[in-house]
Amino acid sequence: MSWVLDNLDVIAGYTGAHLVQALPPILLAFVLSLPLAKLANSRGWLRTGVTTTSGLMYAIPSLPLFVLLPGLIGTGVRSPLNIVVALTLYGLALMVPTASDGFRSVSRDVLGSATAQGYAPAARFLAVELPLAGPVLLGGVRVVAVSTISLVTVGGVLGVPSLGMLFVDGVRRGIVAEIAAGVVATAALALLTDALLVMLGRLLMPWHRGREAGRP
Amino acid sequence: MIGFENVRKEYPGGTVAVEDFSLEIASHEAVALVGTSGSGKTTLMRMINRMVDPTAGRVHIDDEDVAAMDPVVLRRSIGYVMQASGLLPHRTVLDNITTVPVLRGTAKGEARERARTLMDTVGLDPDLADRYPAQLSGGQQQRVGVARGLAADPNILLMDEPFGAVDPIVRDELQGELQRLQRELRKTIVFVTHDIDEAFRIGDRVAILRPGGRIAQVGTPQEILADPTDDFVASFVGADRGARTLHVEHVDGRDVVVDADGRAAGVLAGADGRLGDGGAADGDAAAGPGAEALATEERPR
Amino acid sequence: MNENPFLGALDWLADPMRWSGPSGIPVRTAEHLGYTALGVLVAALIAVPVGLYVGHTGRFKGLAVGAAGVARALPTLGLVTLFALLVGIGLTAPLLAFVTLAIPSLLAGAYSAVESADPATVDAARAQGMTEWQILTRVEIPLGMSLLVGGVRGATVQVVATAMLAAYVGSGGLGRYIFQGLGSQDYPQMIAGSLLVIVLALVLDLALLLLQRLTAPRGTVAP
Repeated sequence: MSWVLDNLDVIAGYTGAHLVQALPPILLAFVLSLPLAKLANSRGWLRTGVTTTSGLMYAIPSLPLFVLLPGLIGTGVRSPLNIVVALTLYGLALMVPTASDGFRSVSRDVLGSATAQGYAPAARFLAVELPLAGPVLLGGVRVVAVSTISLVTVGGVLGVPSLGMLFVDGVRRGIVAEIAAGVVATAALALLTDALLVMLGRLLMPWHRGREAGRP
Repeated sequence: MIGFENVRKEYPGGTVAVEDFSLEIASHEAVALVGTSGSGKTTLMRMINRMVDPTAGRVHIDDEDVAAMDPVVLRRSIGYVMQASGLLPHRTVLDNITTVPVLRGTAKGEARERARTLMDTVGLDPDLADRYPAQLSGGQQQRVGVARGLAADPNILLMDEPFGAVDPIVRDELQGELQRLQRELRKTIVFVTHDIDEAFRIGDRVAILRPGGRIAQVGTPQEILADPTDDFVASFVGADRGARTLHVEHVDGRDVVVDADGRAAGVLAGADGRLGDGGAADGDAAAGPGAEALATEERPR
Repeated sequence: MNENPFLGALDWLADPMRWSGPSGIPVRTAEHLGYTALGVLVAALIAVPVGLYVGHTGRFKGLAVGAAGVARALPTLGLVTLFALLVGIGLTAPLLAFVTLAIPSLLAGAYSAVESADPATVDAARAQGMTEWQILTRVEIPLGMSLLVGGVRGATVQVVATAMLAAYVGSGGLGRYIFQGLGSQDYPQMIAGSLLVIVLALVLDLALLLLQRLTAPRGTVAP
């Protein structure tokens, strides 16, 4: 415990670096998944291809990807950019199939009646399709957020600064408290982000609130 | 014989599904429980095979309290046919029909042999034996459901809106088949439905239920039509059918039955006076419920 | 070192020396597979019965979902290093990490498998006179089998990745090559090790995907 109190500034610094690597992939995966999912849904074979590729992509452990990417895209092994790109790919692998399911779950009748009421395609997407797919999309983003925040730590073994450095440093110096602090901080960051996303979802989708709480 | 003695069902939340219900159902009798949703009809039926246990009162079969019986053994001795068939989607037609006999320890070969006979009894093409439920039409699935209900040769058959999910033409056909089967097999049938025409067609007696399982009237279809106890029953029976005056008009060489407002109620099936024995629908299914109404209408009052 | 590191990795893999001896690729692969199998098996012995119970009875569902959610938020590397310091060198420490990280997938797979059965089908099975055990084993598990295998698949992917990180604190397995390469600034070796792990992960994932397809109950999928 005393280690934690003595090193609060270190933990704070790593938390900041952690968020810098975690938040862009979460946001990018969400934003990019929307057009990609719409595209995938427009062709049956494309959708099958995307789902299969995503599944396989997700099976690849993170460290090998962190190691391979620099050789492919020219970033440095220790560059946070490398981590951001890799985690965006994972995020997309999770998010595109989810968004594709989400858009497919919107009833065709509802879309048809929106068109009949005079919604232009873009307006229909923003005002009808996106909100109705919202709960499924939110579910996907929550999984992406938790998994991304956890995966950032793996960069620690390569020397990329994040809360993962507490594990690397802790095991090197034999300080259990340092590792425990890292585990707790990472999990807390993930659960906090998740809780914020749930609250954001309630704010943006008030019609969905009762249903989620009502489940036994 | 099945007896309900002052049964009551109250759920933990305080909802009372059935307040105080008593009824005797004789052996080999078909009784239809009919009512809107919330009338407790399904709850009452499920008390017989202990899918629901009453909060108070008792249900007995041949004077034996079902509460004293092992629910699993009890259920295996009672046929159960439900809406949308409730078939096991991962088992073939034949395996679905043999479910209960196999659970009861009948040898597989013997059970399958009997299942094939039953498929014939309920009018299923034997080629369908190895199909999965999803590969059948709604009407075929219901026939499999009936065959499964009969597979262990139970004395009692419980039917929970068994034809509720099929289209009207197929429903009419299945109702006719059930009537035929019942003439041959003479099971004790408890049939739950919200469709009064179906209740009148299937039930030797019909119990019309108000919300909370309160009996509005019990009797044969004729008794109920002839003398509805109150406005609730009269309106439930439909458009004050009992008070409706019908007359016959000749149109294109056919006898069309027309009511007091001049609306066509149906076509008269065969002017040979067969109407009284309930056979109207057999002759001309297209005449629909109107002809049935007429059939009962023509009875002496 | 300035030449293409991927060609260097291929050279590294092509060296016959790498394919024999106690630190050769076959032995490391076998170690990695062994860790994975053991981790998933032990986790399954714990999580599957619990998941089936939760799915069938609906009891403690909130607790199971919550526990699985929290477990998912735990950083893999953190658990591996924490157990290594607490328990010391040997198989126990990494195994504890494998099991902890494999449980959420298996638990979720097991309870969603049971829950996926149509309540009307389960109700009908009960009304026919099946016992609760028969409903579970003859209706719910067969109908949900592919979801259950899906849980095993997720857990396997997780343990393959964790087993690789366990090499960081001295375990065997294919992760060794990556960390040796890291230590000696040998980027081609890191790439070679990474490729081996990726191939292993994909092969296992595809095998389980195939199993998942095969266990989908007949009759519920389009023939």
